[in-house]
Amino acid sequence: MGTYVPSVELIARVQAGEPAAIGRLMSRAESGMAEAREALVRIHKLAGRAQVVGITGVPGSGKSTLVGKLARNLRTSGSKVGIIAVDPSSPYSGGSILGDRIRMSDLGTDPGIYIRSMATRGATGGMARAALEAVDILDAAGFGVVILETVGVGQDEVEIVRASHTTVVVSAPGLGDDIQAIKAGLLEIADIHVVSKCDRSDANRTLTDLKQMLMLGMREHKPADWTVPVIGTSAVSGEGLDELSDAIVRHHDVTSASDAGRAQRKSMAEFRLRKTAENLLFDRFVETTAAASGKLAERLMRRESDPYTLAEELLAATLAKEDDNERDVHSKIA
Amino acid sequence: MSQPIRVLLAKVGLDGHDRGIKIVARALRDAGMDVIYTGLHRSPEEVVIAAVQEDVDVLGVSLLSGVQMTVFPKIFELLQTNGADDMIVVAGGVMPDEDVAELKKMGVNEVLLQDTPPQTIIDTLTRLVEERGAR
Ligand code: B12
Ligand SMILES: Nc1nc2c(ncn2[C@@H]2O[C@H](COP(=O)(O)OP(=O)(O)OP(=O)(O)O)[C@@H](O)[C@H]2O)c(=O)[nH]1
Ligand SMILES: [Mg+2]
Repeated sequence: MGTYVPSVELIARVQAGEPAAIGRLMSRAESGMAEAREALVRIHKLAGRAQVVGITGVPGSGKSTLVGKLARNLRTSGSKVGIIAVDPSSPYSGGSILGDRIRMSDLGTDPGIYIRSMATRGATGGMARAALEAVDILDAAGFGVVILETVGVGQDEVEIVRASHTTVVVSAPGLGDDIQAIKAGLLEIADIHVVSKCDRSDANRTLTDLKQMLMLGMREHKPADWTVPVIGTSAVSGEGLDELSDAIVRHHDVTSASDAGRAQRKSMAEFRLRKTAENLLFDRFVETTAAASGKLAERLMRRESDPYTLAEELLAATLAKEDDNERDVHSKIA
Repeated sequence: MSQPIRVLLAKVGLDGHDRGIKIVARALRDAGMDVIYTGLHRSPEEVVIAAVQEDVDVLGVSLLSGVQMTVFPKIFELLQTNGADDMIVVAGGVMPDEDVAELKKMGVNEVLLQDTPPQTIIDTLTRLVEERGAR
């Protein structure tokens, strides 16, 4: 790309589906740089058409492999498929080995498929901080379906529900006696349940157990016009992939008109709003407290004051900065 | 907050030697970089498309099969046609000195062959990304 291209100049190229422009804007979104803000605002205005499909499940349940197969299957219906695959950052070095893509390698060079790997970088909830911006960018680039694979860590993953129109929970046989979805608290969040690796002989038991659990009526808060299907799939034989694609498309059709779908979209918007605010606040906190925290820690160490009082003092800078910003805004308006 | 350096590590063609690249992958991760490994037996097309989609700072190709003089020209051609000519490209593995000289002329930023200590690889990549500047 040569010399630095301003982010707003990437927008038209993103809309034209140019991979290098999509990739670059995602990187800038990830870096949180101020220069990209205006472009991301405009991208958000252009987005809003894609169906976001969240895929979650415990580590090793076969999410990435399934996503690879599913993407190819959804492609046959003509829509472009974007994939955002999140893996954890190492808590020690902050670095990561992003291993999801390797499981999707038979997608080859289809230009209608875009895969982006992201590291969590300390973000909780199974998602990367810029995952939602990346979804917008793919959406604006004309990808009709965007699949979001989260890290499989368990309870925290419920965030995926508030980022996706359709949530798919993947369970696999042979990872333990119980259905891991139950253990991880993922049972309730699924719009679609998948039992992967159905080429294995122990898969039937997992399927039966899961269906029974669901029949016990643990899901009464879900809308009446959608019955959560339990689908067995195999990446080896291809079993269940058509059925899963159909269910995803059907779920989209049902929810795009229903009250439940509307409630879900509202919930997604609220999540996005709060997440963005949280990020802004956090950045401001980091920025405004960096200088003072060492000195305050000294005072705490010497027990000259207590943690609460000192924390209030530390926060004062963050809050004052916000007042300054407000004043800025007002003086601009005035 | 400074961004971790993003690196795509690739094995191209029939070359099945993956010990070295796996060591490199771990070393880079432990140095705080985000590493995407393509796995074995990729084509130059697959590698370049992945590198562009992932918008990596560095594309690293490991070759111990002797095909570097056909693989790298192809990679540069593909980077050009995909609008990614600002990508840093490094090579590793086993190759003769005369090829190393040719590869550097072709645009490979660094060639780091067998017995290169991991720390040297980390330092080299860090320096190359610093020299390139913002993008
Ligand atoms: C171990 C080994 C094997 C193992 C590989 C196991 C594995 N999964 O990796 C096995 C036994 C399978 C094997 C098979 C073969 N091998 Co062999 N193998 C070796 C050997 C002895 C060591 C390679 C190694 O692992 N080194 C240790 C690692 C840590 O070093 P490295 O890979 O060089 O990586 C370092 C650097 O190069 C660098 N690096 C590597 N990648 C990258 C990438 C980037 C981006 C960066 C920055 C740096 C970097 O960082 C690492 C740390 O310093 C070499 C001899 C040698 N001296 O290299 C022959 C060698 C590579 N093999 C050779 C051959 C011919 C073969 C076979 C064809 C033999 C045969 N006739 O069957 C097969 C081919 C298999 C295949 N499908 O490719 C030849 C290749 C000749 C050539 N290039 O022209 C060599 C050079 C031996 C020789 N002198 O003839 N081999
Ligand atoms: N037999 C069989 N194995 C499978 C199937 N799908 C995936 N696997 C294997 O299960 C293992 C984990 O697969 P992944 O796709 O990486 O699982 P994941 O849930 O994405 O893993 P994380 O991202 O690490 O949480 C791999 O060894 C796959 O080869 C399947 O349908 N059948
Ligand atoms: Mg995965």
